[in-house]
Amino acid sequence: MRHRSLLILTTAVAAGALTLSACGSRGEDKSGDGSKATVVIGLDAPLTGELSALGQGIKNSADLAVKNANKQNEVEGITFELRPLDDKALPNAGQQNATKLAGDKEVLGIVGPLNSGVAQSMQQVAQSNGVTLISPANTTPDLTQGKNWKKNDRKRQFSTYFRTATTDEVQGAFDGQYAYEKMKAKTAYVIDDQKTYGVGLASSFKDQFTELGGKIVGTEHVSPDDRDFKAVVAKAKGANPDLVFYGGEYPASGPLSQQLKDGGVDVPLMGGDGMYSGDYIELNKKAQGDYASSVGKPVEQLASAKKFIADYKDAGYKDAYEAYGGSTYDATWAIVQAVKQVVQDNNGKLPDDARKKVVDAMNKVSFDGVTGKVSFDKYGDTTNTMITAYQVDNKKWAARFSAEFKKFDKS
Amino acid sequence: MNELPQQLANGLILGAMYGLIAIGYTMVYGIVQLINFAHGEIFMVGGFGALTVYLALPSGLPLMAALPLMLIGGILVSVLVGVAAERFAYRPLRGAPRLAPLITAIGLSIALQQAVWKWYPDAKKARVFPQFKGDAFDVLGATVQRGDLFVLIAAPLCMLALGYFVSRTRSGRAMQATAQDRDTAALMGINTDRIIVLAFAIGAAFAGVAAVAYGLRTGEVQFRMGFIMGLKAFTAAVLGGIGNIYGAMLGGVVLGVAEALATAYVEDIPGMAQFGGGAWKDVWAFVLLILVLLLRPQGLLGERVADRA
Repeated sequence: MRHRSLLILTTAVAAGALTLSACGSRGEDKSGDGSKATVVIGLDAPLTGELSALGQGIKNSADLAVKNANKQNEVEGITFELRPLDDKALPNAGQQNATKLAGDKEVLGIVGPLNSGVAQSMQQVAQSNGVTLISPANTTPDLTQGKNWKKNDRKRQFSTYFRTATTDEVQGAFDGQYAYEKMKAKTAYVIDDQKTYGVGLASSFKDQFTELGGKIVGTEHVSPDDRDFKAVVAKAKGANPDLVFYGGEYPASGPLSQQLKDGGVDVPLMGGDGMYSGDYIELNKKAQGDYASSVGKPVEQLASAKKFIADYKDAGYKDAYEAYGGSTYDATWAIVQAVKQVVQDNNGKLPDDARKKVVDAMNKVSFDGVTGKVSFDKYGDTTNTMITAYQVDNKKWAARFSAEFKKFDKS
Repeated sequence: MNELPQQLANGLILGAMYGLIAIGYTMVYGIVQLINFAHGEIFMVGGFGALTVYLALPSGLPLMAALPLMLIGGILVSVLVGVAAERFAYRPLRGAPRLAPLITAIGLSIALQQAVWKWYPDAKKARVFPQFKGDAFDVLGATVQRGDLFVLIAAPLCMLALGYFVSRTRSGRAMQATAQDRDTAALMGINTDRIIVLAFAIGAAFAGVAAVAYGLRTGEVQFRMGFIMGLKAFTAAVLGGIGNIYGAMLGGVVLGVAEALATAYVEDIPGMAQFGGGAWKDVWAFVLLILVLLLRPQGLLGERVADRA
């Protein structure tokens, strides 16, 4: 008896484990069309876990770009295929995914990841394999310009890394300026989640806000896994700020905002693009009046984005495109355009050193994308520094103000 | 403004939740000397059980009316999973070396997390849990949310009921006997298997209550919530003296208050500014644990062996 129930248990656990690992692997369905070469575009994003709302939007938008490229026969003789992998927002998973993708010769570019912390672990893998890595969402300046960007000692870190999202330096500064000049906030309480993204955003907010004359009345750090912020709330209440700024993402900032207002800190919470998600409003019953900035103009307002939105709707994806839909489409499309250039230069065929050529072509890419003009500067950063402030109004993010932020001289 | 009353209230509420979960660790340890590391997940499934009941009820129903049913749903799911875990994962290993059930517990914990992640609709991200509408109460200079009243009422009631059960009822005394010496208890005609199942069931029921309290407080349940809460509750159980039910609750409250006070006041100590705030609260909680264990290895209430159940 004892052996039998053990056996049943082991079988059940093993079966469960197999089912789970099965969702990671996928069928290798290569289209058997011999006349066309296949180019695989890898994708790495948190497809499961708390940030999956953003991750699924990234996957679907990249999928849409690949489908459109194939449908319009954007590159003669090339069929694109998307290979999405889940990084669960974990750096080591991202590194494994990058290694896996780089090991396949057909992979000429990788779109992703969402998190700056994950990107740090993927960049080196992409670099040593010479494969293009382009993120629609990474905003930490260090990734492209090195640790000393604050001292204006900027150096390109990885020749194969690009991004279509503008940096925290720009975004946090935009937030600081918006808070001081448009919201007329004079004092701010700053909280971050100790992650690469959150700390960077919060510190550039602080710099700009104090430079303009605002006062930081307190700072706090929380753990991104915390959901109970009452102790921090009580401290913030004592500081009596005009505004609370949060550097981090919506799974924590949703409950934080609600607990702030519950605890009597009745001022708006402001954050960056990590907060700009529909789930933020769902997880937070007192989101009304909160602010978040996000990269680019609101997709809904751009003429170039109308087609993207319509296509996305027609494709019938289950999840919304969320904050990075447009920038993901552009990132994927940038790889498609680079491949196109490479193939054209090589008489309609993929060259042997396609990866290297694609990287070179990426530096020269220039087209009108969903979020505006897409091209990259000498660090691999996007040249588009358009940022928009959104405010929660009636359970929706409403665009309040868009501007091209050009305070920092990057030369 | 003096924030001390507020921080004490925060700590008390959080601590009561830790305490409720810690009961499950301490009871199981008291009887079978097993640290049931899957207990955090038993707490987590209770949250999803309560949420399922809420979603199944007609949507116009006020939360006050739905709450008793949600509570029953949460407790039921937690107890079922807890008892099943005992029956299929731990009982076959009774008499095996201590490490075997411990590893099983860790494996079970991962399996439960992943099962919810995979099969509960939309559980790959946080699910919204209903919360009470309306303003908070002001009690002695502290703001207390409506949802937090639940745990403040439920935790003492649960402790009173448990205290009565353990010391006054036949089953409770049988449980004490089993905890003291399982073999002798069996010789005296006590069905020790049944008592062990009972201990798992009571611990799971308390975890179910804590899960509802957690949902009401944070407004969400998610598949990973059992990990941190379970770890904290285990710490609370050790702090209070593992095996002692009153110790578990006391340990929970001490831990919760210590976390709140560390967040608020450590940075005011000269030279300690960089070790203060929310980022370091867990560190201080564990420093406290180490100090208590150094000075009192048996935990705060550890010596009352007669009480342990």
